[in-house]
Order: sequence, then C-alpha cells, then structure tokens
Amino acid sequence: MSENAQKIEPANNSEPPYERQLKLVPAKKKSFWSKNKHGILFASPWILGLLIFYAIPLFSSIYFSFTTYSILQPGEFVGLQNYKDLFTDSLFWKSVYNTVYFAVFFVPLSIIFGVALAMMLNMNVKGMGIYRTIFFLPTLVPHVALAVLWMWLLNPGFGLVNGLLSTIGIDGPAWLGSVTWSKPSLIMMSLWGIGQAVIIYLAGLGDIPEDYYDAAKVDGANWYQKMRHITLPLLTPVIFFNLVMGIIAAFQQFTLPYTLTQGQGTPANSLSFYVMYLYDNGFKFFKMGYASAMAWILFVIIMALTALVFITSKRWVHYQGK
Amino acid sequence: MDSTTKKKVSRYSAHIVLIVASFFFLIPFLWMVSTSLKPLTQVFTFPPEWIPRPFMWSNYTDAMEYIPFFTYLRNTIVITVLSTLGAVISCPLVAYSFAKLRWPGRNILFIITIGVMMIPGQVTMIPLFLLFEKFGMVGTPYPLIIPAFFGVPFYIFLLRQFFMGLPDSLREAARIDGAGEFRIYWQIMLPLAKPAVLAVGLFQFMASWTDFIGPLLYLTDSLQYTLSLGLQQFQSQRGSEWGLMMAVSTMMTLPIIVLFFLLQKTFIRGITFSGIK
Repeated sequence: MSENAQKIEPANNSEPPYERQLKLVPAKKKSFWSKNKHGILFASPWILGLLIFYAIPLFSSIYFSFTTYSILQPGEFVGLQNYKDLFTDSLFWKSVYNTVYFAVFFVPLSIIFGVALAMMLNMNVKGMGIYRTIFFLPTLVPHVALAVLWMWLLNPGFGLVNGLLSTIGIDGPAWLGSVTWSKPSLIMMSLWGIGQAVIIYLAGLGDIPEDYYDAAKVDGANWYQKMRHITLPLLTPVIFFNLVMGIIAAFQQFTLPYTLTQGQGTPANSLSFYVMYLYDNGFKFFKMGYASAMAWILFVIIMALTALVFITSKRWVHYQGK
Repeated sequence: MDSTTKKKVSRYSAHIVLIVASFFFLIPFLWMVSTSLKPLTQVFTFPPEWIPRPFMWSNYTDAMEYIPFFTYLRNTIVITVLSTLGAVISCPLVAYSFAKLRWPGRNILFIITIGVMMIPGQVTMIPLFLLFEKFGMVGTPYPLIIPAFFGVPFYIFLLRQFFMGLPDSLREAARIDGAGEFRIYWQIMLPLAKPAVLAVGLFQFMASWTDFIGPLLYLTDSLQYTLSLGLQQFQSQRGSEWGLMMAVSTMMTLPIIVLFFLLQKTFIRGITFSGIK
C-alpha cells in the first residue's frame, strides 16, 4: 500500500527536466537516503540500544567467560578453565539441582492449576468479575513484599498456615526453615501468583467457538468428553505459550529465594538457586569470568529446553483451522 | 430432579467452588493487612487472631520512621516514572518503523529483535554492569532509567503487532493532505495506538516499581534505595517486626492495586495480547 503512495507522488510533481530523465541512475542514488531516512531515524533509538545494551554485552560476555576477569583485576585468558571448574563445583550442582527441582514441580503444577482455575472462572455465573479480580490480585504484589508476606504466613511458631493446620490437629512443619519443606514452600507461594497465566488461559477459552460445544451436546457428549476432546486440544496453543514462559521464568528465579534467605540460600543451601549463585560469584566474590560462564550455560539450557518444547509442539499443539 | 432445580444446584455448587478457591487467594492479603494493624504482643499469639486489638494505626507511621520511607518512595517514583516515559517514547517510534515504514534491513532487524527477547538478562548483566561502571554510573539510578529510552524488545514487538493491524489508508490520506512522516505518526497513528501504548506503559511501570535485582546491583548508597530494596534491608535487619513489615508491604502494594482498578481493561487486554498474538 505504501508503495502505491510513493508511486503516485511523482505524478503529482511537475515533470523532471529532460536531462534528469536520461540520467536515471544518479537521480535514484541521490534519493536513497531521503527514501529511507524516516524508517531509519524512527528505528535509530533501538538500533543504538540493540548495539549498546544487547550486542556488545552479549559478545563481551562470551569473552569474559574464558577469562578470570573481575572488577579488581584485569584478568587473563584461561580458555575453558571456568567451565571445567564449574563441573567440579559442588555448590554449582546444588544450585542446578534446586533450580531443576523447582522447575519440574512448579511448571506442570502451574499449568494444571492455571487451566483448572481458568475453566472455573469461565463459568457462566453472576459476580464473575469479582472472582476474577480476586484471583488476579496476588500478581500485583511486588516479589519482595510477596516473599516477606509468605515468610510471615509460613512462620513455624506464629504463622497463619500452621495456625490453621493446628485447628485440624496437624502439627505443621518448619516450612522455610526445613530442608525438606523449603522448596515446596517456594512452589506454593509461586502458585499463589499465577493470575497472569490464568488470564491468558481465559482468553484462550474465550476463543473457542460455542458451535463446537453445541455440536458435542447434540451428539450427547458429557462434561468430561467435552473437556477432553474440545477444550483441552483447542487450549494447547495457549498452554504452549505459558509452558515456554514458565520454563524461562523458573530458571531465572532470583528475587523470591534471595529475599526469603537474605541471599544465603538457607537452610543447608536448599534455597540456593542458579541465578543466586551466579550473582554471588559475580558481585560478592567478583569472579566475573566464572559468573559469565554460568550465564552462558544458563542461556544454552534455556535455549535447548525452548527448542525441545518447540520441536515436540508439532505433536501436541493444535491450532484452530489447521 | 427437573431441569430448573438441576440448574440451580449446579449454579450454587459453582459459587461454592469459586468461593473456596477465592479464599486461598484472598486470605494472605487479609492476613497482611490484619498483621499490619496489630500490636507486637498480639502478633505473637498462637493460635493466630484475625481482629487487631487495639487497631495500631501507628504501625504505619512507625514504619515510615524506622526506614526513610518517603526517601525510598521518592526514589522509586523517580525511577519508575522516568523509565516508563522512556519506554513509551522510544518503543512506539521503533515499532511504527518496523510496521509501517520501508527501509533496507528492517525485516532482519525485526527478527534479531525477537531473538534478543530470548536472551536471559543474566547473560548481559555483568558486561552491562562493567559498562555503567566505566561511565561512573554505578551508585546512581541512571542504569535503571537510561536503557528504557533506547527501546525494550518485548514492548517493541507488542506495539509492532498492534501497528500492523492499523489500516494504511489513513496514512495515505494524510500524506495527500501534505503531512510529513513524523506528523502522520504523531497526530494520526500514535493516537490510534493509545490502548497498546498504555498497556506498555503499565508493564514498564510494574516492572520498575517491583524491580529488585536492578536496584540491588546499581544502588549502593542506602539513601538511593527503592522500596523493594528498602523492604528487603528492613527485613534482614529487623526480621521479627512483622507488624511494621506488613505495613510497608501494604503501602508498597497499594499503588499498584489502585492502578489496577483504574486501568483494569488495559491491564487485561495487555496481558491477553502478549499471550495470544
């Protein structure tokens, strides 16, 4: 369309002089900048931003990962030494284990609960706006405040959770103070904030045409059959999106465990997560080369998992109209 | 059972399920507010009590004295407002260029922009820190503000999709009337993209207001702290003052909740748009 507009323009202008018409090439060359200047000028903040804040840091980070660089000393090139050291670093493996543990439980649970909640919030009953708002509110709490709030809720001695458990005769665990329960606690408080994913599932549910359900009703399908054969298959594109985002977020977990443990990952490193250990190496021990190597391993893990989800998606994601 | 009573029963059971589930989401909130108004002696009672006796409104004023609350608030507002401003100025401009203007390299650059969204922040974190260190900006809020003025890939992507949906006929009509490219953008296309720009502004506002790792890296002087960092410090120093901490948490969450109720539609539309398109 915009091309048409540009073609119309010369017609409106007066005819170019005869000499110009013969020497078409230089005239065209001259107009390259004036033709493209708006596009390039409009995009220029981002062209600069991409270079300064993404491209250059990305490539320097690869280089740093092969050095012993730190703020305190220039560092030297050590080849793959940082990567080799990581493989024998037990705290590194502990942080990998904790992060994978969290992702393996949290991501599927968030999908199951998210879809179930969205289905509940998609029912046709009065006052749904109020229910939806209630489910969304926790996502508005800043993560530091969320961590502090849940530390208090899960306080072993005076917290509400153990208080409620004691009324039904259960002696609650020490939650964040217990090696066994610290990660489940984190999963629980993260599930409290899944409202954002629920909204996306709700939109996905809204996109499913009512005709499908009407047709299924005529065929005598029950509630389970409708869910199994209409709702879930047509919700797979949205589940796919939330799965990818969920994996990425789970591997980058930082603010919650940092606040819960004052950056210590206690008890017994059971809340020491990958990015926390990366932060410690980079900004506490100033081993910036080492931390850069960790960042690149994280990047590769996330890329590999995302690629895996994309590859398998052909088998389980169903797009409408395909 | 005839069909009307059956319908009634299923409607009631729907409400019951919803109410029970709502409790799980609502109770932590109520507990936060309830604790924020309790005297310290009542905080430590077991089993827990819900109604503060007496209502300690002074927890809020005390909390503001324990930490330099208004300094933190001002720092947070400055960073949040400026970075939001940066994002809503730069991102629509770039997105418009990607969606509607033609120039060589545009499509490749757009693909790179999508690729950049995949890079975890931790990869660029260290070199960026060293860059800001070189410019003497560590210990100032600038590293938390300046990048937004150069565009944020996710927002550029969202806005580009929105601009793609706007018809070209408007631009052509304006051009025939003699409007220049910038005027077409500023007076016609940008106003049409207002809902998407508002959503992006809201996202950036939330991101800056709640950001923790950014301030943790760059703000070294406690007088520059934001509310996130201030609350974390307070927690690590006076971990048992639950009433005061809940008061700070409530005050920190409240502006976002107010914003949510004012701009509910924009919020929901923005999130949905990011997930579906």
